[in-house]
Amino acid sequence: MSDRKYAAFLYAANAVMTLLFITPLLWMVVSSLKPETHIFADLNSIKALLPSSVTLDNYIKAFHRIPMMKYLFNSLFYVTVICISGLVVNSLCGYALAKLQFKGRDMLLSGVIALMIVPFESIIMPLYFIVNTLGWVDTWLALIVPFVGNCFSIFMFRQFFMDVPNEILEASAIDGSSPMKTFVRIVVPLSGPVFTTVFILTFITHWGDFLWPILVTTGEKLRTVQLGIQTFFTLPPVYYGQIMATLTFTTLPIVILFLFLQRYYIEGITHTGVKG
Amino acid sequence: MNGTMQGEAMASAPRSHKMLSLRKRKRQEAIMGYSFLLPAGLLITLFLILPFGLAFVFGFTRFNLLRPDQIEFRGLENYLFLFTDPLFYRSLYNTLYFTAIVVPVQCGLALMLALLVNQKLRLTNLFRIAYFSPVITSMTVIAILWIYLYNPNDGLINSFLHALGIPKQPFLRSPDQAMNSIILMSVWQAAGYQMMIFLAGLQGIPKELYEAASMDGANRFQQLRYITIPSLYNVIVFVLTITTIQAVKLFTQPYIMTNGGPENTTRTLALFIYQQGFQFRNAGYASAISVVFFIIVVLLSFLLRKLLRDR
Repeated sequence: MSDRKYAAFLYAANAVMTLLFITPLLWMVVSSLKPETHIFADLNSIKALLPSSVTLDNYIKAFHRIPMMKYLFNSLFYVTVICISGLVVNSLCGYALAKLQFKGRDMLLSGVIALMIVPFESIIMPLYFIVNTLGWVDTWLALIVPFVGNCFSIFMFRQFFMDVPNEILEASAIDGSSPMKTFVRIVVPLSGPVFTTVFILTFITHWGDFLWPILVTTGEKLRTVQLGIQTFFTLPPVYYGQIMATLTFTTLPIVILFLFLQRYYIEGITHTGVKG
Repeated sequence: MNGTMQGEAMASAPRSHKMLSLRKRKRQEAIMGYSFLLPAGLLITLFLILPFGLAFVFGFTRFNLLRPDQIEFRGLENYLFLFTDPLFYRSLYNTLYFTAIVVPVQCGLALMLALLVNQKLRLTNLFRIAYFSPVITSMTVIAILWIYLYNPNDGLINSFLHALGIPKQPFLRSPDQAMNSIILMSVWQAAGYQMMIFLAGLQGIPKELYEAASMDGANRFQQLRYITIPSLYNVIVFVLTITTIQAVKLFTQPYIMTNGGPENTTRTLALFIYQQGFQFRNAGYASAISVVFFIIVVLLSFLLRKLLRDR
């Protein structure tokens, strides 16, 4: 096959696959902007994927029926707190494992790596037991605290800090800086990329939290956006347009975050992949 | 500990002051090291290691999750029951079936997509984002969306099939099609993730290898077979391993879409743990299933490593 023919083949194959891949999400967004009757009228043709008369009606009506803004705020709040406190706690730990000398360091590192394999589903019963014993059910603490310390984040930080040259750290130590001061003043400013990567990986993971919030939140007060849409789609009367509006709305924050931090997110995925 | 430290310090006293301060600094560094570890270590101990240990302990007991004061030690009762429970075997079978299909199909598709977008075409970035967009969408959104796509009467997929002259399908409502419908959706959702990893691997293969091969007259298929695949071997092993571990944990899709039905055909181990522990409140039994589940995850990942490494 000549290069030109091969390029043509690639374009054709990509076009078909792209159409298959975007159809579901495109239908979701387009339907959220259509009057209910149009959604069904357009189902049998390509019009299902094209916006007809664009209206925000579905959004307005859905937001009257459930407090989506409140759910959105709840999710944004607890996920952001997990991310920020996780960055502090896990970067310190990763730095100690990468650059500080102390007894048992290698053993602790192996421990962190081994713990990465423990599936959340296999500890969920006893974890609920602990959180319940602490009296945290139906509080922010239950949603946040168990997920701040994270072996995967620690490992990502450790790998990044390993590449920080020792000369810089030694120079700072000779100037009389404590390890803490060296870390905050010298290492952190050099490590923007790894902080951003861990932030967005953590954010997208916890934005999708579903099983755990079902267990530890019972009322409206702490209801997350994922539980909100799950409740809404079983709430009669069922209107496709309104459901698609809540689904699209829930996805927006992630899309915005992804648009800005795309490179770091993909680096986070591929870095672990190629090195692992 | 203090004694030996002093002893060492005294022994080195005749040497320079610098040695002493170095030793002191080393000790300070160790203290700092431990204190840097402390917050994360404490959290991980309390919310990962402790529950992990408790799962093993609870597995030997019987109690209602909301009445932990009435806990009873029952020895191996839960495990003995587990191995005679048809629902456990059904869940195990469903989980393994899902894994056995999803892992090769999804990884194969991901590799194909990576090959498609590894070229410098004008629209490459757009294609990549299209394949990747379901990955960043949360599973809850996707599962709810696909319930409507799969609707037996007026779903988008059935309308499409109808237009092609194919009769409407029941999808999630049918015991024969429910699990396969979940598989199709899951492959679509996650293939972009593996694609990104493969893509990074592909870009690490030296161009000279391909140039040399095409000078020797190797066609594109031969290049794929003899250069691309062997060079990607470690990446493929890694991708297969993480996809397997992901697949075994299947929960959200059946929870939202089918609740394990119809006729238990989509009940997975993770869903079974949830139902036993939180719906029927058999905390002891659910913990025993958790332990077996964990062992299966570990066994599968070791098995995969062994199978693929020894070539």
